[in-house]
Amino acid sequence: MTSLAAIRTSSRGQVVLGLVTGILFGFLLQKGGVTDYGVIEGQLLLTDFTVIKLMLSAVIVGMIAFHLLKHSGFANLHAAHGTLGSNVIGGLIFGAGFALLGYCPGTVAGAVGTGALDALFGGMIGLLLGAGFFARLYPNLKSTLVRGPFPAVTVPEFLHLNLWVVIVLLEAFMIGFLVLLEQYGL
Amino acid sequence: MLEFLTIARWSPYIAGAGIGIVSCLAFVFADRPLGCSTAFVKARGLIGKMISAEKTMAMEYYQDIVPKVDWPFMIIPGIIIGAFFSSFLSGTFHFLWVPALWASVFGNNVVLRVVVALAGGILLGFGARWAGGCTSGHGISGSIQLSLASIITAACFFIGGIAVAMLLYRVIGVALP
Repeated sequence: MTSLAAIRTSSRGQVVLGLVTGILFGFLLQKGGVTDYGVIEGQLLLTDFTVIKLMLSAVIVGMIAFHLLKHSGFANLHAAHGTLGSNVIGGLIFGAGFALLGYCPGTVAGAVGTGALDALFGGMIGLLLGAGFFARLYPNLKSTLVRGPFPAVTVPEFLHLNLWVVIVLLEAFMIGFLVLLEQYGL
Repeated sequence: MLEFLTIARWSPYIAGAGIGIVSCLAFVFADRPLGCSTAFVKARGLIGKMISAEKTMAMEYYQDIVPKVDWPFMIIPGIIIGAFFSSFLSGTFHFLWVPALWASVFGNNVVLRVVVALAGGILLGFGARWAGGCTSGHGISGSIQLSLASIITAACFFIGGIAVAMLLYRVIGVALP
């Protein structure tokens, strides 16, 4: 049997695995309805809650699965230390682009797969340009990116609570939120 | 038996749960979070290398995110293919320049839609790299790991997104003749 380490370090294998992972992801994004401009913009206009339902379902399943895998040694933590200068400013710039384009970097590719030409000629080209501008300005932005570091890397560290207690609380909160959305017919 | 593959829309709960599993597969088999915005940096770097390899590789950012065809790069072609399969199987694939919701407020002008989409794409690419990830990298994979930075970033995506969408549709759209 090939070991996990061998799979992770095989550069050709990783190219194939990346493609397969992308295909599964794209298929599920499209089936979930979030490759549609109206669905994403509807979420930002608070008239359609499909995006939040899909994202929270992914996090509800993924959070418990990831931590069980990590506990058994099959997954590693890849969380980085965030800052106000990077995560908050970058997040708000992203949000503005998210609303103007009506897709995010993953769903824009999914929309292209469904035939959306605004996603191809506006979104994909814009993303390439925006990423390139950032690469060019990176040396000048570095001091801003490290400004205002957050007090902790993970939520349990921040709250000084046991990891599994935080997981149970957050899972209950997310499920409760989805139940409320359904009860209000959203 | 495979009829569910031809259904146009699945419950977002089912599709979301599947995405949660795919995100975990990425952690196990690639030892990486599933993200999408890195691919655009790599693609931009590869284009740059075709024009001027020396100038591109001298840029500091490409020392950290090396422009090459690897796992993070292949996610984007994968998503295009996966979404194509899904829409083709359900018969919903069709070419479209202007989304219906946009057209209902701003009209059917293709140039206007593409210019705004381009501006949005530039901000999205710039902001994603500034924040170090996107809706999948921070919003899903980061939240799964209970990353404080990712949860704050995801909240900012939606705060910024809701503010600009409301401005676009509830202020500018309403003021149009």
